[in-house]
Amino acid sequence: MSRYSAAGWAFAAPAMVMLSLFFFVPVLLAFALSLTDFDLYALANMDDLRFIGLGNYAELLQTPLFWKALGNTFYFVVVGVPLSIALSLGAALLLNGAASRLVGLFRTALFAPVVTTLVAVAVIWRYLLHTRYGMLNYGLERLGIDPVDWLGDPNWAMPAIILFAVWKNFGYNMVILLAGLQTIPNDLYEAARIDGANAWQRFLHVTLPGLGPMLLLVSILTMAGYFQLFAEPYVMTQGGPVESTVSVLYFMYEQGFKWWNLGFASAVAFILFVIMFAITAVQYRFAKARGVA
Amino acid sequence: MRLFFLVFLLLFGCTGRDDGREVVKFWAMGREGEVVAELIPEFERLHPGIRVELQQIPWSAAHEKLLTAYAGQVTPDIAQLGSSWVPELVALGALEPIDKIAAGSQTVRAEDYFTGIWGGNVINGRTWGVPWYADTRILFYRSDLLRQAGFAQVPDNWAGWLQAMRAIKQRGAARDYAIFLPINEYEPLLAFALQQPEPLLRGGGRYGNFTSPGFTRASEFYFDMFRQGLAPRATNTQISNIHDEFAKGHFAFIITGPWNIGEFKRRMPAERQDDWMTAPLPGPTGPGASIAGGSSLGVFARSKRKASAWKLIEYLSQPKVQLRFFELTGDLPPRRSAWNAPLLADDRYATAFRDQLERTRAPPAVPEWERIGQQIRIVSERAVAGQISPAQFRATLNADTDAMLEKRRWKLAREASQ
Amino acid sequence: MRSARSAQLVRVLLLVLLAGFALFPLLWMVSVSLMAPGEASQFPPPLLPDAPGFSAYRALFATTGIAAYFINSLIVATLGTMLSLAFNATAGYAFAKLRFRGRDRIFQLLLAALVIPGQVAMLPLFLMLKEIGLINSFAGVLVPVTASIFGIFLVRQYALSIPDELLEAARIDGASEGRIFLQIVVPALTPILVTLALFTFLGVWNDFMWPLIILTDQDKYTLPVALAALSREHVQDNELMMAGSVLTILPVLLLFLVLQRYYMQGLLAGSVKG
Repeated sequence: MSRYSAAGWAFAAPAMVMLSLFFFVPVLLAFALSLTDFDLYALANMDDLRFIGLGNYAELLQTPLFWKALGNTFYFVVVGVPLSIALSLGAALLLNGAASRLVGLFRTALFAPVVTTLVAVAVIWRYLLHTRYGMLNYGLERLGIDPVDWLGDPNWAMPAIILFAVWKNFGYNMVILLAGLQTIPNDLYEAARIDGANAWQRFLHVTLPGLGPMLLLVSILTMAGYFQLFAEPYVMTQGGPVESTVSVLYFMYEQGFKWWNLGFASAVAFILFVIMFAITAVQYRFAKARGVA
Repeated sequence: MRLFFLVFLLLFGCTGRDDGREVVKFWAMGREGEVVAELIPEFERLHPGIRVELQQIPWSAAHEKLLTAYAGQVTPDIAQLGSSWVPELVALGALEPIDKIAAGSQTVRAEDYFTGIWGGNVINGRTWGVPWYADTRILFYRSDLLRQAGFAQVPDNWAGWLQAMRAIKQRGAARDYAIFLPINEYEPLLAFALQQPEPLLRGGGRYGNFTSPGFTRASEFYFDMFRQGLAPRATNTQISNIHDEFAKGHFAFIITGPWNIGEFKRRMPAERQDDWMTAPLPGPTGPGASIAGGSSLGVFARSKRKASAWKLIEYLSQPKVQLRFFELTGDLPPRRSAWNAPLLADDRYATAFRDQLERTRAPPAVPEWERIGQQIRIVSERAVAGQISPAQFRATLNADTDAMLEKRRWKLAREASQ
Repeated sequence: MRSARSAQLVRVLLLVLLAGFALFPLLWMVSVSLMAPGEASQFPPPLLPDAPGFSAYRALFATTGIAAYFINSLIVATLGTMLSLAFNATAGYAFAKLRFRGRDRIFQLLLAALVIPGQVAMLPLFLMLKEIGLINSFAGVLVPVTASIFGIFLVRQYALSIPDELLEAARIDGASEGRIFLQIVVPALTPILVTLALFTFLGVWNDFMWPLIILTDQDKYTLPVALAALSREHVQDNELMMAGSVLTILPVLLLFLVLQRYYMQGLLAGSVKG
């Protein structure tokens, strides 16, 4: 028994040490940091560091740009997540009934955007969204719709980023939902068909419930990912135009690494964490009440 | 075992290209970074024991990179520094004061530099950088439209200038304006504010001074131009092709910098090349001041090669090298002797800059200035859009600035009591 | 019968449309990378190059120093993968098959910690690494990636299926734990280790925010960081930037195509219970 124990500790220790040192300790430090006014002055001279308790949090609540960032991020999540999941579900449903030799091919094609480097494809999309020379506006024009200044118009910049984000990772959820679809027994569909249910009703009463746990998982994962919006505004819009694409993480990055208000930025990070945690918990509770989790 | 060692080396970033020469790490930005690469071989030829390792950084990331490098204690030996960054780096103790070494230098003589430009590098009585090139904002205007409105040249005071603009607007089409003041740029407003006798911050940079009579006058003048329909309420992304619009007469004045001499020459249609000119900024009662900007070259306190870095600064400060630099970039030399050369003395567009450079003032030399500047931009946008009144604008700016300077006040108070 | 056929036809049509949506940007990227400078900035925007050539790639290699960034990415991703395998495989096995005090409690804690977004740790981590001098080094880039909760979870799930009797027998035969690990466990874990290696390689290759923060010297930049910097300088040069994107995406795309099976397996193993 004790030999097991020693071996167990020995094998687990390296990873545990790394995780403790470079993840858990920083997280705790982040909280501590958020209670100070660590800034450029403190960076130069630690004597210029002051403990200010919840001062950063209070100041954050009064910072208009923070609320704007929060609003932008929520906009991104509230519109992007259902859109992304809907598309993934649609794609999964299409693949589920398709002939088997096509499934592999299409699954790969639809998944490809997921593995691509975000910065590289953000650069591509920046050109696709170009007002004059972009393919998207050209396509719209062929359909008789006026060109849109996607990345220059404050009303359209976030929708453009949402479109990009949905494109980038609908494949991921598609694969998960496809696996989930394949676990729903066919006889359930048969039984529903015999009972006279049409396709839509079968979807509502067999597919969706059957997918319950998967949908919950997908929804939690996607939401968590979307709250961490950063690279897209950084590469495509630099938070503009008129701060319409500043996300919470982008705001944190600017505060932390542009202005070096590390205390303030840590408070932002923590608030983000709390929000994400709360929303995940709510989703989980909701699903449990519905008997899904 | 060897593999492990190699991994170790790779991980800890040990690279080594040793050829016996001293390596001076030099960070430069944007176009200047590209161009200075061409000037370096000559320097290395003159100083065989020194090798310059140039790193080019895009402007948009440079400020972050410098501060991150400072935080990580990996600053270069010498860097190009935007004028507004110098106070910040000085507050951090990142730069090496150059008074002593400049005093003994034959090449870098403070008297030869434009006063306002050199002054921007003097903080708390010590000098922290050598100006590399000078930047300021003056008027670029449509001389033909001005003439047609009855003015042979740009009036040198605000009242006359407003008159001229109104005349131009009257003669122009309904959708045309007299001047383009991008509402997402704060430089024009800053320039008007710097023309006032009162400083922008009071109490030794402890509080905002935006309710002073001077700033009130400057901001009212600025907002007036929008209220009187002389300037469109647009950003520089909404009117992105200013040369096009300028050529079409959509507006007759724009306040911009030296790079546009080259741009205008390149982009204005041939038939319009004789219809534009530059002029210094009008001031409240006579020729006005403008912003002292540009970049300096600074040596970092942690550098182990300060002497060699200084040699590079001396080289780049030689008037003939500065002229060559001007030829390649269009950036204006910060020293008067360089301006005597025919290349600049005969440039009819540059003459206005030469005039203006004798009347420049730097913004307050506090580390928080960059943020305060941004705040001016954000709040002025709201005022121009009519969301807040000018009085609210000034009050908000004061309140925001006071908040941003709180730590500075605390620090100064602490230092005073020690 | 007819309706089933036409349903299939509609299905395939929709799939083709969707695949077009997914692949168009990538195909366009390749197409533009083969165009002449300035060709893409015309109206109407061209779909295919007039005379496909490699001038953009030549310019990319000649003027941007991208080869160095590519090598940096390669080094960092490879090292990261090796380290990840070493740290996570051992821990995953330990949590699955070795007994030690608090093992299950610790594992639950780890799972709960998955909720914490990594960015919370970034700022203090930067300060910590500054104290130990790892700013601007590849080690600094890899430090947060080396041990990953997801990686440990992945290996553990798989390792649970190794028959205990196999391990017991080896112990009775007198083999040391280390020997058992290397000679029995690792071979048994090979499929999931391939998956883990793939995930790690892709993750590190594609990582952006952390390398952006920690690397200050341009010559240490990885491809995503370099590409972001280049994209701000070369806004006009479509073709050049697309060539850069191709260079960044191609390796990981190829890797994914070849090892798809393992990737999907890992994706599902992490998401599907049991």
